[in-house]
Amino acid sequence: METIVFLISAVVILSGSLGVIFSKNPVHSALFMVQTLFGVAVLFVLLEATFLAAIQVIVYAGAIVILFVFVITLLGVDSAEDLKVEPISGQRPLAVVLGASIFGIILTVLIAAVGGPTGAQEANTSIGDAVDNTRILGETLFSKHVFSVELTALLLTVAVVGAVVLSTRPKGSLISTLGGSRDDASEDDTEEKGRE
Amino acid sequence: MIITTTWYLSLAAVLFSIGTTGLLVRRNPLIMFMCIELMLNAVNITFVSIGSHLNDLGGQLAVFFVLVVAAAEVVVGLALVVAIMRRQSGTNADDLKILGG
Amino acid sequence: MIDLVWLIPAFPLLGFLTLICLGKAIKEPVSGWLATIAMAGSFLSSLIVFIGMLSEENENRQTVFTLFDWIPAGDFKVDIGFLADPLSVTMCLFITGVGTLIHLYSIGYMHGDSDFSRFFTYLNLFAFSMLMLVLGDNLLLTFLGWEGVGACSYLLISFWFSNPANATAGKKAFITNRVGDWGFMVAMFLIFFNFGSLQYLEIFDILASNQIAQTTTTFIVLMLFVGAMGKSAQFPLYLWLPDAMAGPTPVSALIHAATMVTSGVYLLTRVNPILVEASAWSTGLIAWVGAGTALFAASIAVAQTDIKKVLAYSTVSQLGYMVLAVGCGAYTAAIFHMITHAFFKALLFLGAGSVIHGMDGEQDLRRYGGLRSLMPITAATFIIGWLAIAGVPPFAGFWSKDEILAFAWDKNPLLWFVGLITALLTAFYMTRQVILTFFGKPRYLDAGDAGDAGDAGDAGDAGDAGDAGDAGEMQPHESPWTMTFPLMALAFLSVVGGLIQLPFSSSTKWLEHWLEPAMFHNETHLHLSGSTLWVLALLAFVSVAAGIGIGISTYLKEKIDKQIFEKPILNNAWYFDSMVSKVMGGPGFQVFSAVAKFDKRVVDGAVNGTGQIVKKTASILRRSQNGLVRTYALGIGVGAVGLLIWFLARTTI
Repeated sequence: METIVFLISAVVILSGSLGVIFSKNPVHSALFMVQTLFGVAVLFVLLEATFLAAIQVIVYAGAIVILFVFVITLLGVDSAEDLKVEPISGQRPLAVVLGASIFGIILTVLIAAVGGPTGAQEANTSIGDAVDNTRILGETLFSKHVFSVELTALLLTVAVVGAVVLSTRPKGSLISTLGGSRDDASEDDTEEKGRE
Repeated sequence: MIITTTWYLSLAAVLFSIGTTGLLVRRNPLIMFMCIELMLNAVNITFVSIGSHLNDLGGQLAVFFVLVVAAAEVVVGLALVVAIMRRQSGTNADDLKILGG
Repeated sequence: MIDLVWLIPAFPLLGFLTLICLGKAIKEPVSGWLATIAMAGSFLSSLIVFIGMLSEENENRQTVFTLFDWIPAGDFKVDIGFLADPLSVTMCLFITGVGTLIHLYSIGYMHGDSDFSRFFTYLNLFAFSMLMLVLGDNLLLTFLGWEGVGACSYLLISFWFSNPANATAGKKAFITNRVGDWGFMVAMFLIFFNFGSLQYLEIFDILASNQIAQTTTTFIVLMLFVGAMGKSAQFPLYLWLPDAMAGPTPVSALIHAATMVTSGVYLLTRVNPILVEASAWSTGLIAWVGAGTALFAASIAVAQTDIKKVLAYSTVSQLGYMVLAVGCGAYTAAIFHMITHAFFKALLFLGAGSVIHGMDGEQDLRRYGGLRSLMPITAATFIIGWLAIAGVPPFAGFWSKDEILAFAWDKNPLLWFVGLITALLTAFYMTRQVILTFFGKPRYLDAGDAGDAGDAGDAGDAGDAGDAGDAGEMQPHESPWTMTFPLMALAFLSVVGGLIQLPFSSSTKWLEHWLEPAMFHNETHLHLSGSTLWVLALLAFVSVAAGIGIGISTYLKEKIDKQIFEKPILNNAWYFDSMVSKVMGGPGFQVFSAVAKFDKRVVDGAVNGTGQIVKKTASILRRSQNGLVRTYALGIGVGAVGLLIWFLARTTI
């Protein structure tokens, strides 16, 4: 049973990722990405990390990819890239070689290693089963790692503020003097075109 | 056959290498970002599978934080992409070579 | 009292600094007296140090006084320090003594010259450099003085530089010296490389304790000898000395008779432990070069017509004797001859200057004659100088020359024979000079304008003492007391100078005992029986008498035709000078321009080429900075894979 689920989710993940990198249309890439993320979520459930699976779907697939799609819509990137041409010579072969070698190295380590991965147990906390996982995770997070959690909250706040700051372009404000003094006229045109 | 941890790890390895190749080959900044996300997912799989193998919660905690940071990173990165792309429409990564010598 | 040794060079330095700042303001004769007093102070300090050294025991007489660190560069450490030992103090004594007398003389000689103060500025600077040369406790300080005296020699020879011939003579002196300096520098490099130090005492200690290869010491000695050849005017680097007579006569007396030219001999004597370690053929070479130069120069002096040129070649010849002595290992004899030569050669030069001054600038011997009655003091002192240089006992020259001849006989009888012939020639040409100048009928009254200056334009003197003649007519007259007093003092010294090293017994050989601490028992011991010495002395005396006799009969009695001796080839110095000019100007110039081209293309090219290579490499490497993110990402990927592979290779799976 587990085998079948694993194999199916593996197929889903891999085909999705291949779709991401091979699609011409960025929206298609985004959709393939959602497919990959779903596959990963299934894998998490298989590994009894139920909370993470949920979070994966909600955050990754549900927020991040939506963000991607929004930006694609906003910018209207459709034909900016011609996949047949590669301007930098040697980039593609080298990229393939690199990917293959990374995979090869990891595979070598995995096969040659005796007895599977080892490591010191960190918190002596067990994962718990699928049902209990959420509770245990929550307890550990907010007792032992509460500091990190607060930091991540700060991080998210900063990221949001930064995003807002980076995206505004009112004239005569700090942003336009910092970022865009050159093509203000053309920016207006682009924005109007994009907002169609 | 029994699915051991090695299977999960090798799956993650494949995903990671696909993501790397995609990052180096594609020129569209948004798709490059998505490839980065693929790589992060591969790492997440690794963490969770080893955590499950060792029966340790640390793996899942790591994934939790990776997730949060990835989210923040995407937010800021896409804001940057927006800010740059607004100026010249239809650009890709190869057109940003002002820092070239 | 020996620690007052720093005063010895300090006085002339102070004089030089004062005169260079205030020289224009201080006119004559105050600047001259200032310089003379500075030299006198230096002489007094030398005397004090000498007396202080006399009261010490023999072993304690060699002390080093370090003033301060000069070059502390890692392994290479050089201080400004003075080595006060009998040799340096002896040199200081006669340098400052003769120097003071010549300064005094110059006050009278340069009277009326528009550059009076400049002359004394240079003279004091010269004295300072010479004293640093002699007193330095390491080779670099000696070299400092060496270069300093070379520079001052240039400045003083071309003192009247408005005449281009004088300027050329100065340049010739400097450049020829430079060739010698190259040898000195190579020797210094070698010494530092092999011994690790340039300090004399340290070098000698290392020599005594270690085994330095004989080829090394031989090469060092040869290089030092090249330096000595340049300064002490040995063949073939003697060319500058006759031309240097273009300078004022006191310059010739001080620099080219008593002090600078002796610095080469001093250097070789100072490093006598190295000479002893060198192979026998190198010291033999030194001896032969010395003897050859002596004979060569003496033969040229026979046919010279300028009073100063005779003395110049005579100086080269006498220096040849000193170098011969060094080559035979007779260091005390060399120093002895140096001292006596300083006395009588300075005397002769100053006397010649007095004659020139009295003859209003005429320097040609053929225009002199019968000046004995008109310049009595000059004539008397000049005659004493003549007897001294010819080697007539009991004057000083006899004792010193005889000692050198004895050592030469011991080394190689042929060397002795060359020395003997030279002594004969010396007596002959000096007799010729004396007779032509002071005896016979006055040829200056013969037809022809006698009032113009000789070849080198000395300062014509305006108000003379006792001049009662008309403006256009030659009235030879005696010189003022500032010029005759030094003559008398030097004449006295030429008479009694021989007393410091009489060869009769060990107790009379005062100079040898005095110089022992500096000689480290390296003197060659003379294994001649007493009778041999007497025979040698007698033969020397016979040759001197023969020379004087032939001279008198040729020039005074005019029984022998003088054209036998005054051949043109001798007058033109065996055409060596013109040959050198032809070689250097012709094929030599080709070689030099080729060397210059090599320097420009290869050496400069290598330096510039390094820069070019860097530039080209940089422009190639620049292409990796293309600003494309994907290239950089590829770089990161490649690096990451590389690291992984490396870690994988290290671990054993």
